[in-house]
Amino acid sequence: MQRLLQVCSRVSLGVACLVGLCHAQDFQVPAAAVSAGDEADISTTGSGKATFYLIGPGVSRKSEVNLGESIRLQAQDTRTAGEYLASVCSSSCRSAGFYVNAAKPASLTSLVHPSRVPVAQPDAVSGVALPFDQFHNLVLHPLTVNFQLSAGNALLLSRSVPTQNGAAWFRALSGKSAGLLQVTAAVDDLSARRAVQQVASDPCNLRITGQRTKVGISVQTEPVRDCAGNSVPDGTIVTFTATTANGKSSVDAPIKRGVAQAQMLASGAASISAASGVVMGNEVRVGAQP
Amino acid sequence: MKFVLPITLVVLTVALMVAGLVWTGHAGGTVGIAAGSAMYGLTPKADTPEHALANLLADAQRRNWDRAYADVSKTSDVDESSFIQDWIGSNGGLRSFSSLEGFDSRPMHITNDEAQMRVRLHWTTPVGPIEDVRDFHLIKEGDVWKTVWPKVQVPSVPAQLVPVTYLRWDLVTGGAADEWGSKNVDAPHVRIISMNAVDSAEGAVVMGEVVNEDTIPAFVNVNATLVDGAGNGIDQENSFDKIAHVLLPKQVTPYRIDFPSISLKSVKNVHMDVKATLVPASADPVIGVMNQKVESDAQGKSILHGDLLNESGQTVNIPHVVASFYDNNGKVVWVADGYVDRALLPQSSEPFAVEIPHSLAGKVQNFHIVVNQYSLGRS
Repeated sequence: MQRLLQVCSRVSLGVACLVGLCHAQDFQVPAAAVSAGDEADISTTGSGKATFYLIGPGVSRKSEVNLGESIRLQAQDTRTAGEYLASVCSSSCRSAGFYVNAAKPASLTSLVHPSRVPVAQPDAVSGVALPFDQFHNLVLHPLTVNFQLSAGNALLLSRSVPTQNGAAWFRALSGKSAGLLQVTAAVDDLSARRAVQQVASDPCNLRITGQRTKVGISVQTEPVRDCAGNSVPDGTIVTFTATTANGKSSVDAPIKRGVAQAQMLASGAASISAASGVVMGNEVRVGAQP
Repeated sequence: MKFVLPITLVVLTVALMVAGLVWTGHAGGTVGIAAGSAMYGLTPKADTPEHALANLLADAQRRNWDRAYADVSKTSDVDESSFIQDWIGSNGGLRSFSSLEGFDSRPMHITNDEAQMRVRLHWTTPVGPIEDVRDFHLIKEGDVWKTVWPKVQVPSVPAQLVPVTYLRWDLVTGGAADEWGSKNVDAPHVRIISMNAVDSAEGAVVMGEVVNEDTIPAFVNVNATLVDGAGNGIDQENSFDKIAHVLLPKQVTPYRIDFPSISLKSVKNVHMDVKATLVPASADPVIGVMNQKVESDAQGKSILHGDLLNESGQTVNIPHVVASFYDNNGKVVWVADGYVDRALLPQSSEPFAVEIPHSLAGKVQNFHIVVNQYSLGRS
């Protein structure tokens, strides 16, 4: 039944055109790209009623229009950047495409990787900035993003990078001091700040001392630092191993206030070594209990 | 005539009840020589060391403590409450959650008045079946045999205040409303530092060590996929409990992945994958591993044993030992683990033992032990 109605309506439309009730139409989409959120006009020619279709990345609408009058595109019709297709149908359909660009940047999104990085690592810190307009469209036309890396009050790096296809990025070595690394990306008066935690690298020159006590051997490290002099974070495990004639004893001791210490139960002479991860420390010998 | 059927049923029921009581524990002859019953007068007389020990173990298995303690020699240096605690555990240790499933015993040495028996106790526990081998001394008292129960060593922890100032890491995660990229925290950086694949009696085994290279704790799991010559996956397994899952910064753990019933002959490649996630953790408690030594036990097995020393102020309910064994080139040749069935009280120690396969005992030159700890009420 529905199919029959469709056939009938097409037949009646064809008959109407044959008797001159239908007028040929033409229309003109905006020649230049429209900016997102801007209003725009589509001019039409001819006379009579027609149906207007607008299909875009964020819109799909249909309305009745009068041929010969302009079709007004409202701001909400063009909020999403991308390719749009406009169609006007009366006796036949005619279509044309136009493009909506992102508006001017309204926000800057930045991502910095990693969130933690050991000090003095080449190409260890990378960041990307993406400008968006007020409608969250990625701004594709070239802009210059200023990246600044600072630790404390010291400016470590300042670099201006043009965006390519809407993104600007940098890669840099990490600083020499543990602490917060501030990364700022700016475009005009817009900016985004991110932080990277710079942490000490592997322990360097891990040195231990040991002495006999009433209950065994007390062993502790000197302040544990990396090769750049940064204190290795508290909680880092140092493994102490005491080897005696009767066997071996080991303790995984966490660093506390910069040093790790442990009590080993060994009555005889003992040889004690330390390791943290894959880093080995020195070895000390403690004599037997008198 | 109408009473014949009811009487027959009653007689049959009573006969079955008596038979059940008399022959309780004889089922499954390979597991235990359990004898005895819940009713007085039906227990075999302890006229042999085997019967005496079987009576005691069967009563302990049924948690019939008074009767079990009655089978203990008066010369034992143990009271009934200590005897019971020896069986049921305390302080939330693994023994507290275990039950004796069966046992089998064999005589080691028997004279007219004394006997030495070796018993394999088969426990069911939350971490799987555990076998405990114990030697018992029995003596003849009158015309019955009694078991001399060894003195139960219960650590005595004096009242004290142990300050805890170790670092603790808590995890705060961002919400959906946060700006993109503003609160990202990377997963911890961990690395497999060694890997070795061998064939064992039970199948293929992949093992090695993992280090947490980061400055934050990591929850680590190692997965391995065996791949055949055509590039097809044969099997995928993970390290399950043969690893210390929570790794503090710079901590190294062994791992072992078992592939039962698979031979390495059919394997062309092994794909390793280590997963690490952020996890809240504490650097406390610190557990020392003292007096580590590889020795042969009475059965000729190579055993790595030692003592775990809890250097902190909190009870560790279920200590778990994971050990890696190295050959003279420093290559990991085996990884083994073992649970300690007693809780590790503050400032006290408990012995542990881990078995080394006979075929590898000669190769082992060194070893490294890490201790997992499970404490009730803590993640």
